Amino acid sequence: MKRKHHLKLNKYLVAGGIMTAVMVILAIVGTFWTPYSTTTMSAAEKFAAPSLHHIMGTDNFGRDIFSRVMKGLGTTMMVGTLVVVAAGAVGILVGALTGFFGGWIDEVMMRINDAINGFPSILLSLVVISVLGMGRQNVILALSIVFIPSFVRIVRSEYIRLRDMEFVNSARIMGVSKMRILFVHILPNILSVFSISMMIGFNNAILAESGMSYLGIGVQPPDASLGKMLSDAQGYMFTAPWYALSAGVTIVVLVLGISLLGEGIRRCSND
Amino acid sequence: MKYFGKKLVSLIITLFMVSVATFIAFQIIPGDVVTSILGTEATEEREAQLREELGLDKPVVERYVNWMGGVLKGDLGTSYRYSKSMNEMMPVAELIGDKLPVTLWLAAIALVLIIVISIPLGVLWAHSSSKFLDAFLGVMTQGAMAVPSFFLGVLVIYIFGIVMKMFTPGSYISYHTSFAGFLGYLIFPAIAIAIPKIAMTARFLRNAMLGELKQDYVRTAYSKGCSKNRVMYGHVLKNAMMPVITFVGMIIAEVVAGSIVVEQVFSLPGIGRLLISSISTRDFPVVEILVLYIAFVVIFVYFIVDMLYRVLDPRISGR
Repeated sequence: MKRKHHLKLNKYLVAGGIMTAVMVILAIVGTFWTPYSTTTMSAAEKFAAPSLHHIMGTDNFGRDIFSRVMKGLGTTMMVGTLVVVAAGAVGILVGALTGFFGGWIDEVMMRINDAINGFPSILLSLVVISVLGMGRQNVILALSIVFIPSFVRIVRSEYIRLRDMEFVNSARIMGVSKMRILFVHILPNILSVFSISMMIGFNNAILAESGMSYLGIGVQPPDASLGKMLSDAQGYMFTAPWYALSAGVTIVVLVLGISLLGEGIRRCSND
Repeated sequence: MKYFGKKLVSLIITLFMVSVATFIAFQIIPGDVVTSILGTEATEEREAQLREELGLDKPVVERYVNWMGGVLKGDLGTSYRYSKSMNEMMPVAELIGDKLPVTLWLAAIALVLIIVISIPLGVLWAHSSSKFLDAFLGVMTQGAMAVPSFFLGVLVIYIFGIVMKMFTPGSYISYHTSFAGFLGYLIFPAIAIAIPKIAMTARFLRNAMLGELKQDYVRTAYSKGCSKNRVMYGHVLKNAMMPVITFVGMIIAEVVAGSIVVEQVFSLPGIGRLLISSISTRDFPVVEILVLYIAFVVIFVYFIVDMLYRVLDPRISGR
């Protein structure tokens, strides 16, 4: 890993790293501990403005918004992670095979890929959701299907670039098996490109998940979701603007953090 | 011309495949439509009758041919949920016809905003040597791209509607009542759609221009005595616009799709809102047609962009 030695900290990396770290910690802690219960309602504390007790204020049922943001962040990040892992795994498999071997399988896969890519991603996930029904599992499945083509495309073009390189030819002459060349020799070389596209994919998955939950066709209650919180909050923009802002700004910080991190890594490896 | 013919054939094949895919997707839906309309209490005769009325007793291929034939003739089927009168269901065409102008105007205004703002911004960005401006635009565009469109919509409502009181949120004016009022209201959702796309397009144009600036012809232009403005606008912008046109094509596709979400935020009665409510109520004939419609629009836009690209770039059309 020659790249590691040149890994200088740049301001993108620092800013993105801090934002992402805070979000990850909040999400992980939120799975087992939140400052207040996320379900206990309290009529007396309805629409309390942000204060030291409730740093993001309370909602229309008097629930602590910060606690609910922590829960929602967990759901959103879990959906994003699972989508990227599932779509990424399929993407590596299909992209590696089609890119390395080429031929008619490649042609067919690319045409299917193009056809899926023709649909705007939100429309495609809406189709899958309307066929399968709503809920967390179906959101993950829908988004995974939608995200596979972009990963296939990237992995495939990397394999095409690398398949005639000298180290691949040497391995071939030495009699290394095809599968070993594919996943032991070539795969490590595409990881830096792939990790950046994983980050972009993660961000897009988060935006898509929260968008679908906002529309009411994504993650369903009782699962907490930042998108759903935002659509609930929209009705109280006059009385409690902090409600909408807390949910929305959390999504923005999450997405911005990851994209800055990706930009930072890209700049590092380019130098 | 030969190229055009080839592209046209592939366009028709793509449209056909998309229509088959859409149709099949809605055939594998779990659950029976007839039971979902009539409830579980209905008699078997009534169920059989409805099945026949909806054409569900025929084989899949025949149903596809009937459906697609109807679509081509302008008969888009009837809704399962919206009724026109006591005994008659609402035709999908009527349901959509009223809502289509809202979405189209919204997309058009957003697109105008994107082009009018992003291109000068991108040129200014590539042109300027100010470090501060570079950093400022870098941060602003990165931030704008991270804001999801629905949150941007909420922010636009809050800033323009509640704080600055430039419009009343929720008081949508129908284009039948007042066209000017209609456009005036649509500006705000269009801003919400446009902001992230402006950021993307400006970044893209800037990078394209910086890439062009390294080319040999730029040095030649300078050495024969061109001014910086002449080089930038006369030479570089022209060449840098080529990839931008493809990019704008993608943006159009995203604007069409993006309006689905933003219509919901601003409670606009467009096709995006109809699509979401039809998905929630499992009104599949409506969903099918809307999906088909949006996919067709996107494919057509890509086709036109592809054609435009050939016309504008003699290097490609010469081949």
